[in-house]
Amino acid sequence: MSDMSASFVLGSRAIREALRTPDSLFPTLFIPLFFLVVNIGQAGRIFPSDDTGFLNGQNYAAFQLPASLLLAASFGSAALYLVEEIEGGYFDKLRATPIPRMAIVLGRLYAEFVKALGVSAVMILIAFAFGVRVESGVLGFLLLIVMVAVWAMVFSGFMQLIALKTRSAAATQAGGLVFFPLLFLTPNFVPRDLLTRPMEIAATFNPVTYVMEACRSLILEGFDGAALAKGGAVIVGSAVLMLALSVRLINHYD
Amino acid sequence: MHGPTQPESGIGAPAAIRAVGLVKTYSGSDGDVEAVRGVDLEVQQGEVFGFLGPNGAGKSTTVRMLTTLMTITAGTAHVAGVDVAADPDGARHRIGVALQEAGLDPRQTGRELLTLQARLFGMSSSEAAARAAELLTLVELDDAGDRPIKGYSGGMKRRLDLASALVHRPDVLFLDEPTTGLDPASRLTVWDEVRRINRLGTTVFLTTQYLEEADQLCDRLAIIDQGRIVREGTPASLKDELSARRGGVPVTLDDVFLDATGRTRDVVAGDVQEVGR
Repeated sequence: MSDMSASFVLGSRAIREALRTPDSLFPTLFIPLFFLVVNIGQAGRIFPSDDTGFLNGQNYAAFQLPASLLLAASFGSAALYLVEEIEGGYFDKLRATPIPRMAIVLGRLYAEFVKALGVSAVMILIAFAFGVRVESGVLGFLLLIVMVAVWAMVFSGFMQLIALKTRSAAATQAGGLVFFPLLFLTPNFVPRDLLTRPMEIAATFNPVTYVMEACRSLILEGFDGAALAKGGAVIVGSAVLMLALSVRLINHYD
Repeated sequence: MHGPTQPESGIGAPAAIRAVGLVKTYSGSDGDVEAVRGVDLEVQQGEVFGFLGPNGAGKSTTVRMLTTLMTITAGTAHVAGVDVAADPDGARHRIGVALQEAGLDPRQTGRELLTLQARLFGMSSSEAAARAAELLTLVELDDAGDRPIKGYSGGMKRRLDLASALVHRPDVLFLDEPTTGLDPASRLTVWDEVRRINRLGTTVFLTTQYLEEADQLCDRLAIIDQGRIVREGTPASLKDELSARRGGVPVTLDDVFLDATGRTRDVVAGDVQEVGR
């Protein structure tokens, strides 16, 4: 069985399980929306739409939405399911089948991609109720959810690396906390040029910044080639790194 | 298909399992640990072969090497004629594996799990569905097949695990402590399943800590201790040999085990060590 078809079969299983337990998706949707509402409530009046240049005529929810989308993208469950299967023995059952080892990793990531597509689409539709518009139109909307979904896959992939390396649920959960601050060392409240100098430097070196700015450009400005190129490069580069490390780790798993 | 590449047993028929000088060394914080120290094994086609040993003796490590789940530090292993290190995928087509704790995905139903397993062995959707139905009937789980596995009893999980190891009709079935943790009734059911599978022509390699189980099920057995084989033969021949050494006193397989591992009943009762990952 080829890598892709085995990944598809295993990914379909993961999607079926997610559909069977929709309550597991609730925190992924609710917590980022909660922060969106809270942040708008706290800072919305500081940044009125008619008097804040970086909002391009939209309200502050439009500026905050990418941060919430990327927060939702970091809530993938693939690594926790993987470590549960390692601890429970099902992972070995899969390793005893004649499929490429990488398919076990890719299957869960494929499911994360599909789930993130759905969650980000729902979040953007809910944001429409707050008066948010996607300036780049339907094509931009589709590009936005694909970018977020691929980023969710990359994030889950790095978490799966921790799961494969440590084989421990506790360590995998703790590993998530290492990545989590990266979401906040970003221009998530104001553009980079309005940050304090130390924060601006930190955000400039943080790759998540460029993913956030690419998503934001689609919502506030339309198609900004430079922002999309930088965000796309970060996503593709991170994906290549994650896949290379995953191949190395799972092929040497003993 | 994956054709046999090597071993012939001493009597001319190809061996189902042949291991020569099998070694597994782990790197630990206190230096290298030799979990398996040169195991030689030969299991004939159609046998039920028992592999016994105290906790941490190297049983599971040996099984994991033979089933491609662990790299071999030194030595060679052929299963169903396939070199497990040189052609692991070829070996995986020939072997079925049910490890210590029934490795099942609790969120799937029994039917879904078997269908998925069959798909991963290259069957089409319709073939996989038909094979899953056939196996559910075989292990008498038809009624529970569409229920989530998390609701199954320990015995049902074990039977499903056995079924999942059989989806691709393997030549050799590895069962690592298949009845550990089961109640007596479930244990007897699993024994019946093992006998039935063996009658259909599948060679069974079984590790167990239950000597009665080995006595009931196995044609031949080996006892491993501290990474080395210390006894090998039929249950009857091993008992006869010890009985002869003790002047004709009747002995049980428990006595053979204790004699082979140099332990007393008191030591074994307090033995809680475990090796392996």
